[in-house]
Amino acid sequence: MNVKYTMFPLSENALTIRFFHEVSEQVNERVHQFTLMLQKQRWEGIVDIVPTFSSLTIYYDPLFVGAYERMCERLQTALERLEQEVPPVPERTIVIPVCYGGNFGPDLPDVAEYHGLTEQEVINVHSHGTYKVFMIGFAPGFAYLGGLSLDIATPRRATPRIAVPAGSVGIAGNQTGIYPLSTPGGWQIIGRTPLSLFRPHDPEPSLLRAGDIVRFQPITEEDYRMWNDERDSCHS
Amino acid sequence: MMNAIHVIHSGLLTTIQDLGRWGFQKDGVSVSGAMDSFASRIANFLVGNEAHEATLEVTMLGPTLRFEKDALIAICGGDFSCTLNDEQVSLWKPLFVKSGSVLSIGACRNGYRAYIAFAGGLDIPLIMNSRSTYLQAQIGGLHGRALRKGDMLLLRSSDRPIFPHRVNWGIAVSARVYIYGKKRTIRVTEGIEYATFTNESIHYFFTSPYKITTQSDRMGYRLQGQVLERNTEQEMVSEAVTFGTIQVPKDGQPIILMADRQTTGGYPRIAQVISVDLPILAQARPGDVIQFQKAKFEEAQQLYIEREREMNRWKTIIDQKWREIRGAN
Repeated sequence: MNVKYTMFPLSENALTIRFFHEVSEQVNERVHQFTLMLQKQRWEGIVDIVPTFSSLTIYYDPLFVGAYERMCERLQTALERLEQEVPPVPERTIVIPVCYGGNFGPDLPDVAEYHGLTEQEVINVHSHGTYKVFMIGFAPGFAYLGGLSLDIATPRRATPRIAVPAGSVGIAGNQTGIYPLSTPGGWQIIGRTPLSLFRPHDPEPSLLRAGDIVRFQPITEEDYRMWNDERDSCHS
Repeated sequence: MMNAIHVIHSGLLTTIQDLGRWGFQKDGVSVSGAMDSFASRIANFLVGNEAHEATLEVTMLGPTLRFEKDALIAICGGDFSCTLNDEQVSLWKPLFVKSGSVLSIGACRNGYRAYIAFAGGLDIPLIMNSRSTYLQAQIGGLHGRALRKGDMLLLRSSDRPIFPHRVNWGIAVSARVYIYGKKRTIRVTEGIEYATFTNESIHYFFTSPYKITTQSDRMGYRLQGQVLERNTEQEMVSEAVTFGTIQVPKDGQPIILMADRQTTGGYPRIAQVISVDLPILAQARPGDVIQFQKAKFEEAQQLYIEREREMNRWKTIIDQKWREIRGAN
């Protein structure tokens, strides 16, 4: 696959590589491949790598690795290597248990009504989908997920909530996502997961990472409570 | 408790900050860290710490602290009125604090923020390799929040001998002129979406003043001035943003992203503040006016490298001063 890209400085210590391709999913795949390759090579002086939909940004120490031009040269060489041997991205599938509806999903009735479906039908569509983590951003552990069925795509709420509890699973337009922290928000909340999406004390603080495959597994309210109890007992 | 520093008054917004939480932006974690990394680093050097040690970032109105232990500290940054046991003390130089003393940092006359460094550093756990307070996610620093009245801070022990000694040296005035001024010139390089703005908007951006509004904080400065428009309706795909990135949302009023910025953003980026001018911006307060001036990337990069070398020189000079004091005692 012929990869086209451009490089430009974001600031004196950050550089962005943007990939081009007609098919956006393949561009995103390229981003993950190159991110993984750089992470494995552990270049000294690189302090952060931020993959997004179609680009990745590398934060570096210019005193250590040299100025922008030097970084560009090194990255071009690395990209040529990527061209020759495309490393397969090890695909992780993460299953997210979700208790749909009720107090955990106060907007499920509205979403169902909007599409002329029953609540169960909305749950079925949402939990049968396969989603891809295109990028992490906006908030700690927040995943931009691609793959929501248009059958349940729903506009944001007219009035945002002041506080959406952590773990809430929502829909906004043709996106679905999970709130890692309790924050204000306007997404249609259809359920909640007992999993912690963001764990600041873990070496890998975000449960999801760019490139992951995500599935949702419906659970009962009882399952949800047990899950929380188990987690609490693990921590004590 | 022994060793402790008691917070008698918290001040307006006092947080623990080091040079930021690097390596976790892929997890969506903001970098945070000191808004004015020049003042924060100099304060650390003055007490013999490394550049990345955590300091207290003080905003506009400072805290009152009671020391239960002898300590060596330094306060650098904005022009705050400071007293130690009701006696006026100077900023930008090492300061010995005897156990039982009360340090009171009052209002800021010029600039906006100051940094208090403690020899040995604050005894605060590292979270994701940093002690910085990340207010939005309530992570790091002291319980992820700003200091409150009644809080207690512990110090790690210092290998620097702490003895009552009045030092007669400090940081030259010429190095701290950036603190002053109500109208500030900030140099910027072209942002990634620079070319998508109309010629008229680019002209306004560099010729008309932009005021820092009261809706400004550690996350970003919201500016008010001539409306900026793009010559395209094309939506942007979210990409990485950094300290000093100037985004323009739909209302046409620019926002400068600061220390607690999000990792990615979806608004067009008209410009990028050059690194060496970020401390000037950090010392600007709501109501101050900014005049943007265009710089070339090569120039910005050169200035960045020179600034980092300058910081190394400060460290060397200050360490030398300490060796002289030790030798004399």
